[in-house]
Amino acid sequence: MNKFIAAILLLLSFGAAAAEYSKVQADSSTITFVSKQMSVPVEGAFKKFTAQVRINPAKPEAGVAHMVIDLASIDAGSMEANDEVKGKSWFNVAEFPRAEFVSSAVKALGAGKYEAAGKMTIKGKTMEVRAPFTLKEDKGVLAIDGAFVLKRLDFGIGSGLWSDTSVVADEVQIKFHLLLK
Amino acid sequence: MKQVLAYTRTAIALHWLIALLVFVTFPVGVIMSDMALSPDKLKLLSYHKWLGVTVFILLVVRLVWRVAHRPAPLDVAMPHWQMLAAKAVHVLLYVLLFAIPLSGWLMSSAKGFQTVYLGVLPLPDLLARDKVLGDALSALHQVLNITMLLLVIAHIAAALKHHFVDRDGTLVRMLPFLGRRTSK
Repeated sequence: MNKFIAAILLLLSFGAAAAEYSKVQADSSTITFVSKQMSVPVEGAFKKFTAQVRINPAKPEAGVAHMVIDLASIDAGSMEANDEVKGKSWFNVAEFPRAEFVSSAVKALGAGKYEAAGKMTIKGKTMEVRAPFTLKEDKGVLAIDGAFVLKRLDFGIGSGLWSDTSVVADEVQIKFHLLLK
Repeated sequence: MKQVLAYTRTAIALHWLIALLVFVTFPVGVIMSDMALSPDKLKLLSYHKWLGVTVFILLVVRLVWRVAHRPAPLDVAMPHWQMLAAKAVHVLLYVLLFAIPLSGWLMSSAKGFQTVYLGVLPLPDLLARDKVLGDALSALHQVLNITMLLLVIAHIAAALKHHFVDRDGTLVRMLPFLGRRTSK
């Protein structure tokens, strides 16, 4: 009898393992953002990042994510802007080369929507963030799409003259599109 | 001298309003291009674009007005080549006042920065982001501006020459108060 239960548990765990996605497709996954400069939405992206994600669409609440973004890989819209945002008053990549997100909990919001909560560390400051996302399975590929608003001044991104939010808005929309196998 | 307006008051107002805006927009463009990236530069870039869009709108109004209200022909004796030159400069100035804001708008789109008029009204991006095209349009925008600068210098020099050397009524057509004063 114990053997029988063990066998069922083993089968169940196999079933669960089969539906779990953990291989992030780096080439097709993107982290982009939209900042507002003088009310003009300007798109940007981080070209290099690593994401370790494990998630089972049948049980997303158990999912975990750990992302590390190489801040020097930023494309802020122009060469001039790329140089500027790596500097001291923005990301200060010489001292803080990476941004990090570690998830702490995932909850269902209903209607196929979920929310990941976790800690975001940028420029030596750690803040709680919440990122709503959706899941879509298609032919063995799981797409995780989400967006959230990050307040750049919470992390001291764009200090001094640049802290004028009438020029560059405090709110920056971060969008992530992760494809997992 | 009897006061018969060659241009309507509306046409005169539009001429001087556009002239004033061009005299602000041009130097702002030159100054901001040489600035290192800063909040002030982003402000000037936006003001420059808003001014440019305003010039474009006023020019369209002005052209429509001109078609509906033809100015009286210039009744001043001058060599034929001068007549032709004047006509050519006027036509080219209209073309440039149209083409310069348009090239600026397109270059902005190609560089990936939308134009949001007065920070409120987003203009559609007519071109997708394309660095090579953006740089080409930027070069075009510059060439058109330098051309306009030279034409404006010629335009002003000719107007002053007519007024102070030839002492004919050419400038008075666009500045009627000058005529009123001399006629008294």
